[in-house]
Amino acid sequence: MNSIGVIFRKELRSYFSSPVAYIVILAFLGITYWLFFRTFFLANQSSLRPFFSLLPWIFLFLGPAITMRAWAEERKMGTIEVLMTFPVLEREAVLGKFLAAFLFLSIVLCLTISLPLTVMFIGYPDPGPILGGYLGACLLGGSYLAIGLFASSLTENQIVAFILSIVLCFALLVIGEDFVLFNLPSALVPICAYLGLGAHFENIGRGVIDLRDILYYLSIIFFFLFLNQLALESRKWRS
Amino acid sequence: MIDVSHISKSYGDTHAVQDISFGVKKGEVLGFLGPNGAGKSTTIRMLTCFLPADSGEVRIAGYNVANDSIEIRRHIGYLPENNPLYMDMGVVEYLDFAAGMRSIPSRQRRGAINRVVERCGLAPMAARNINALSKGYRQRLGLAQALIHNPAILILDEPTIGLDPHQIIGMRNLIREIGQEKTVVLSSHILPEVAATCDRVLIMNNGQIVGSGTPEELSAMASGGQEILVSIRADQNHIETVLKALPFITAFEHVSEHDGLHSYSLQANDDEEVSERIFDAVVQNGWRLAGLQRKTINLEEVFVDLTTREAT
Repeated sequence: MNSIGVIFRKELRSYFSSPVAYIVILAFLGITYWLFFRTFFLANQSSLRPFFSLLPWIFLFLGPAITMRAWAEERKMGTIEVLMTFPVLEREAVLGKFLAAFLFLSIVLCLTISLPLTVMFIGYPDPGPILGGYLGACLLGGSYLAIGLFASSLTENQIVAFILSIVLCFALLVIGEDFVLFNLPSALVPICAYLGLGAHFENIGRGVIDLRDILYYLSIIFFFLFLNQLALESRKWRS
Repeated sequence: MIDVSHISKSYGDTHAVQDISFGVKKGEVLGFLGPNGAGKSTTIRMLTCFLPADSGEVRIAGYNVANDSIEIRRHIGYLPENNPLYMDMGVVEYLDFAAGMRSIPSRQRRGAINRVVERCGLAPMAARNINALSKGYRQRLGLAQALIHNPAILILDEPTIGLDPHQIIGMRNLIREIGQEKTVVLSSHILPEVAATCDRVLIMNNGQIVGSGTPEELSAMASGGQEILVSIRADQNHIETVLKALPFITAFEHVSEHDGLHSYSLQANDDEEVSERIFDAVVQNGWRLAGLQRKTINLEEVFVDLTTREAT
């Protein structure tokens, strides 16, 4: 358990000691604010709805950007051999890295606090959807990070990890979209609708916090973290 | 301390390590010697629990690598090949991370870090970032990381690769010093290094152990006998008649003559007491002995001999 904390702290420090983190944060905030305020005053609604409907698409780039380095760099530099010969289990290392990435994402999300503050200053938004939206964003973001970590463990090239995570996240996001569902054989529709990352986010974003949606995200996170663990362990049985 | 029996490891069709067995006693310094690709790193990775063996058993400090991997790792300090480091960290930060991973309580970390910084001569660089360190200091940092928890066993894969001669000597002295209190396994393809630092040497080639012993024993093994240099002051014909008659001398060669002092190079059989017997012969014949030296064939010759013998 102790090693999870040690890896967590190391990873978190390395996020903030690299200029990439600040560039990513600035780019994220800049793009989000721009896209939000571009239509906010035209729509003339004191709601954060447009912000939360943007998030799944913006996170598509933010999540993989956060995690692409996590394992790819360790593999490329060979430090994975130092790390995995410490008395630590693969799953502890995976969990340490995931928690650090998750906290980093949460901090970035906290930096958007001026959006709800602005909206509350101007009008009277319903607080339910805002709180739900942030909770949903954390869960959705966590899923992206778990997928991104897994992708990063498959390669030693950060760019490959980045693209691969985007593709995986994108695939899992769009299989639940109506546009895709219309074109699927009817037997697959309920499965794909359930598996899609987006629909659950919209439910929570309406302020309806359903345990099933939360469980869905937690399962996605655990599934990909487990795949990540297997990918690390595969060096032992792959020949 | 380390007990390896019949381990093998393949990567696809390549047999990296084939059925090797060896043991390392407590306090011993063992060197793996072999050309690149001989299976040294693979063997070391199996010892450090980074890779499991396909077959065979590794026992370290009484534990089995397959079942008690985590427990074994606590007893081992490891410097992998090419000394991988987190380049975005500082020296002390990295050692603090290693100390944390080794579950050193936070109150003792400061002390543990100071101890290895001192020991590995890192003090002038302690405040630096790793990417600002020279290669020699990076290597010291890698060693410091491996020593942070004061392990009973130290495993070093190519610890002096890429260092300049001055740094190599520094690193070797450090290893020899550490070897006095710890069990050390190191690998190298540089022969004098192994001869200078190790109590015992395993020569590997094509995934197999092709020779083992102390550096001296290996010399004897390669030559299939021993070579002795002797300088005698006496009549040349007399010396040669006597030498021909000695049963344990297989061949001799007159090397030089200086002021009546004749130097010979003798090829003798494996008899342990050859030197004494030659001395006896000198005394019996009333000659005067000016020098008697057992020539050790250097490891390069052994190495080339053993590794080419394997190939043919």
